[in-house]
Amino acid sequence: MSATAMTAAQVARKIMDNQPLFILDVRNGDAFADWKIEGGNIQYLNIPYFDLLDGVEEVIDQLPKDRDILVVCAKEGSSIMVADMLAEEGVETAYLSGGMKAWSEHLEPVKVGDLKDGGELYQFVRIGKGCLSYMAISGGEAAIIDATRMTDVFLNFAQEKGATIKHVFDSHLHADHISGGRHLAEATGATYYLPPADAKGVTFEYEALESGFEAGIGSSKVEALYTPGHTIGSTSFIVDDQYLMTGDILFIDSIGRPDLAGLAEDWVGDLRESLYQRYQALTDQLTVLPAHFMIMDELNEDGSVAKKLGELFKENHGLNIEDEQEFRDMVTKNLPPQPNAYEDIRKTNMGQITPEDEMQREMEIGPNRCAVR
Amino acid sequence: MNVDKVLDAKGLACPMPIVKTRKEMKDMNSGQVLEIQATDKGASADLTAWAKSGGHELLEEQMDGDVLKFWIKKG
Repeated sequence: MSATAMTAAQVARKIMDNQPLFILDVRNGDAFADWKIEGGNIQYLNIPYFDLLDGVEEVIDQLPKDRDILVVCAKEGSSIMVADMLAEEGVETAYLSGGMKAWSEHLEPVKVGDLKDGGELYQFVRIGKGCLSYMAISGGEAAIIDATRMTDVFLNFAQEKGATIKHVFDSHLHADHISGGRHLAEATGATYYLPPADAKGVTFEYEALESGFEAGIGSSKVEALYTPGHTIGSTSFIVDDQYLMTGDILFIDSIGRPDLAGLAEDWVGDLRESLYQRYQALTDQLTVLPAHFMIMDELNEDGSVAKKLGELFKENHGLNIEDEQEFRDMVTKNLPPQPNAYEDIRKTNMGQITPEDEMQREMEIGPNRCAVR
Repeated sequence: MNVDKVLDAKGLACPMPIVKTRKEMKDMNSGQVLEIQATDKGASADLTAWAKSGGHELLEEQMDGDVLKFWIKKG
């Protein structure tokens, strides 16, 4: 008996279907505490691989017999070693193919709705890191919002759907992950749009994304709405008067943090105005589609991350703080740690540095940490 | 620094840098210093955690181009 591989896609499916899973995570304790595979029906055991080099006998007693066991490490090498050792003792497990790096890169496309005249809207759930990208397709044309750097996924998906990518948008200059927007535009001849206020240090050509701008794809339209606060340029999108992409300003169970570009105190007023005035002026019936989720509870049963704006005004704590000072304190004090390598990620997204692929993977390790709750 | 032994773990992927370090350490005496050279970036956090859990002392860590260098004193 030897260990079998389980792909990130298979693990993502299990989690979205809420199937039971036992994860034996053999990374060191700090790495596990910082970031792990999350899910509603997962049990965990964290023992670093280097504590198992003399044998796995002591672990066997701690493993369940009634659910699948997945051995996880950073890149897969150590998990294969441990899974093989367990196999020799007669314990059947799988290891995560490609480790947490593959987990971080996996994108799961989920359909979030129909657009008019047979168009479709898809959300790409980066389940390991909590990033959400969007593709609207109509009449053989596609628009993409907040693409991650795994551009092949978007290119292949558009091709399968027989759509030409026309417009590529970033809601803001991202600090937690490397944008695929510019490369997608280069690969397809599409136009790449960035909010100009976020693009001061950008080294490449882009189209300025101004509030009120409208782009058409097939029978559908994507409108830009300026909603600063997470960054000074942060822009939301409204698709066909039905869907509201909120970027990193408003999430399902939290709101954006204003400090990742270093100016929390300056931008807190903008953030409040975007959340409490600009969004308030929109119809409650819009479906909010954020650029991130932080916890698995934010996923709907079908794996999508979406909720009506009206419901968020009732339920989201960050939209219900009447006192301005209290709001100010919440978003500027006691903030969670910043995302891994966020300064280098911003520089990469501005084109100021061009790290190799392996380095880009390393930079993105860990959760996104773009919210304050 | 007084180095008693050098381990070349360059080009090796996890878990090999730790597996080899552990093997070398077994043959050394308490107080002796092992220099480890590795290129796997994960080695940094893992060697630090491993040394701590095994009662060894990580004396120093340096980046020399692409090569990570560690000096660990056997506990």
